[in-house]
Amino acid sequence: MDFLTVLQILDSTVRLATPLLLTCLAGLFSERAGIVDIGLEGKLLVAAFMSGAVAYVTGSIWLGLLAGVAASLVFSMIHGLASITFRGDQLISGVALNFLAAGLTVVIGQSWFALGGRTPPLSGHGRFGEWNLPFSDAWSKIPVFGPTYSELISGHTALTYIALIAVPLSWWVLYRTRFGLRLRAVGENPSAVDTAGISVVRLRYMALVIAGVLCGLAGTYLASLAAGFVKDMSAGRGYIALAALIFAKWRPWYALSATLIFGFLEAVGNRYQSISVGDFVIPVQFMQALPYILTVVILAGFIGKAIPPRAGGTPYVKER
Amino acid sequence: MQAMPKWADAVLIPLISILLAFFFSGLTILAIGKDPVVAIQTMVQGAFGSTNGLGYTLYYTTNFIFTGLAIAVAYHARLFNIGGEGQVMLGGLGVALVCLAIDWPHWTLALPAAMVGGAVFGAAWSFIPAYLQAKRGSHIVITTMMFNFIASAFVGYILLNYLKVPGSMSTESAGFSAGAHLPTFHEMLAPFGINFNKNAPANISFLIALLAAFGFWVLIWKTRLGYEIRSFGESESAAKYAGINPVRITVIAMMISGALCGLMAINNVMGEAERLIDNAPEGAGFIGIAVALMGRNHPVGIVLAALLFGFLYQGGAELTFWEAIPRELIIVIQGLVIMFTGALDNMVRAPLEKLFLTPRKNKKGA
Repeated sequence: MDFLTVLQILDSTVRLATPLLLTCLAGLFSERAGIVDIGLEGKLLVAAFMSGAVAYVTGSIWLGLLAGVAASLVFSMIHGLASITFRGDQLISGVALNFLAAGLTVVIGQSWFALGGRTPPLSGHGRFGEWNLPFSDAWSKIPVFGPTYSELISGHTALTYIALIAVPLSWWVLYRTRFGLRLRAVGENPSAVDTAGISVVRLRYMALVIAGVLCGLAGTYLASLAAGFVKDMSAGRGYIALAALIFAKWRPWYALSATLIFGFLEAVGNRYQSISVGDFVIPVQFMQALPYILTVVILAGFIGKAIPPRAGGTPYVKER
Repeated sequence: MQAMPKWADAVLIPLISILLAFFFSGLTILAIGKDPVVAIQTMVQGAFGSTNGLGYTLYYTTNFIFTGLAIAVAYHARLFNIGGEGQVMLGGLGVALVCLAIDWPHWTLALPAAMVGGAVFGAAWSFIPAYLQAKRGSHIVITTMMFNFIASAFVGYILLNYLKVPGSMSTESAGFSAGAHLPTFHEMLAPFGINFNKNAPANISFLIALLAAFGFWVLIWKTRLGYEIRSFGESESAAKYAGINPVRITVIAMMISGALCGLMAINNVMGEAERLIDNAPEGAGFIGIAVALMGRNHPVGIVLAALLFGFLYQGGAELTFWEAIPRELIIVIQGLVIMFTGALDNMVRAPLEKLFLTPRKNKKGA
């Protein structure tokens, strides 16, 4: 395996990890506030659809981005309505949203474009352009560093860099601001927050707004990368992001490494149909299942214990 | 204190929730520029208008009875099993292995064996998440969800590398022998002089599903184990105090759930396809969630809800054919049903409770 192959695999790792990272951070905010979010997958899907549709009609992926974020926010608010306002089961609400997204995107897509649920292909400004960082051409001749800089670090779309900046930003918001402290408190002990005179409902809704925006970005990224929306294009990424969130033990920096690992697994799986170690051949299906297997192992507590936010999944009732 | 009479809780609330779900489904149909009334007519005609349609409706119903019961058993222990899809997939593998193992002389021998195969594989697949939940505290929802993906990869691998007919283009196992053929409604009803459509896939599994529903009722409400499952679900701490072993109940409830999912494979793998195909469950494991929620985890409710979803499935196929409305409309309806009957339960319940409480309060005041 030569240097260039390694670089290419790492490059596609970053590409594949970007939507996972954004979705994982979305889950991080909502779960840290005590709202379990199985509906990440659905939000990703509606955002991908709306951004793809609007980007095609208007020819601008940035308008698509707005539409994608709006669609994802609507789903986030439905989740809030069910699980915060009406104190329903958060898991059931998430499952319902995933079905709604899977169904609505195809039903509406077919009615708008009559292409069997997909949007027409995006081109030109309908997709995100690649950003070439300064000096990427000039430095590309320098051995090792040059190609690493121009191939791996430079040349991604805006959303990849936004996702990477979102990691320290999330950390800062969660651990260095008053809002973050309250948000984490509401996921651990909402009644204490309530006693301090701060609205639990408001904080949880705000967490869902942040989650909605981040899922919207991730969905738009998918539509832009694939140059259009295809039925079921989120392909379980929302669930992988959820797995990464557990893997990361609900922390921003760990979320970055977890999603990079899962992105790497996918990149390797895409490049090599089967990998042979000596006489033993690792089947491609195993590579596909590996993120899920790893999550189960982590959950089982064999590699460190993953302890979720304490109040996660339980609706807050004021007059207990 | 019970705020509402029992009938309101068991019938009125689900009914209102379903009507709300259908109302929004109707809006969806309107939004894509179609006529909801025509859509319903097409669906009813397609699902019940001929014995062929009816045969498909009952075939789907059979699937959903099994998965609905499965999700409900776990739910009585307050375990949310969303791994039904994977358990059905593994059940399919179990049934296929049994059916392919020997040249079965007659279905009366093949069916019990296949039932054991499906149930054992389904139960085994749910054992690991159950054990991890009970012993290591890993959340059952996340693990069963992960196991769906693992099941899909695993069965795909087995199918592709071991069961696929060499040289064949399609990813499916060899067809089962004639001795493993289950009697269809056409064959079962012909002796009574009823001419049921020959091509409809409804088969004897439907009766097994009804038996399973009866067995479910006996298990949950008439046996010691059922009592333990229900008390564990109501209050884990109280159950523990009463000497009920939480690990044992979690594992048993989940394994019964997995076994019921696995049993579904006698209908779709053995009864209909008569071979193992890729992604055989077609989402039936997930529909079980909607069916169980709608049926209020009671066998009578589950059978009725399964029939409704069977109707939606078959009727939905007709919609695609006649009205050019995508099949995915059913997934929308399914999502709405889960949302209104499951997550938005309080939205319907709270105003109703107020409504029922007001006259009683007034009586007291007088």
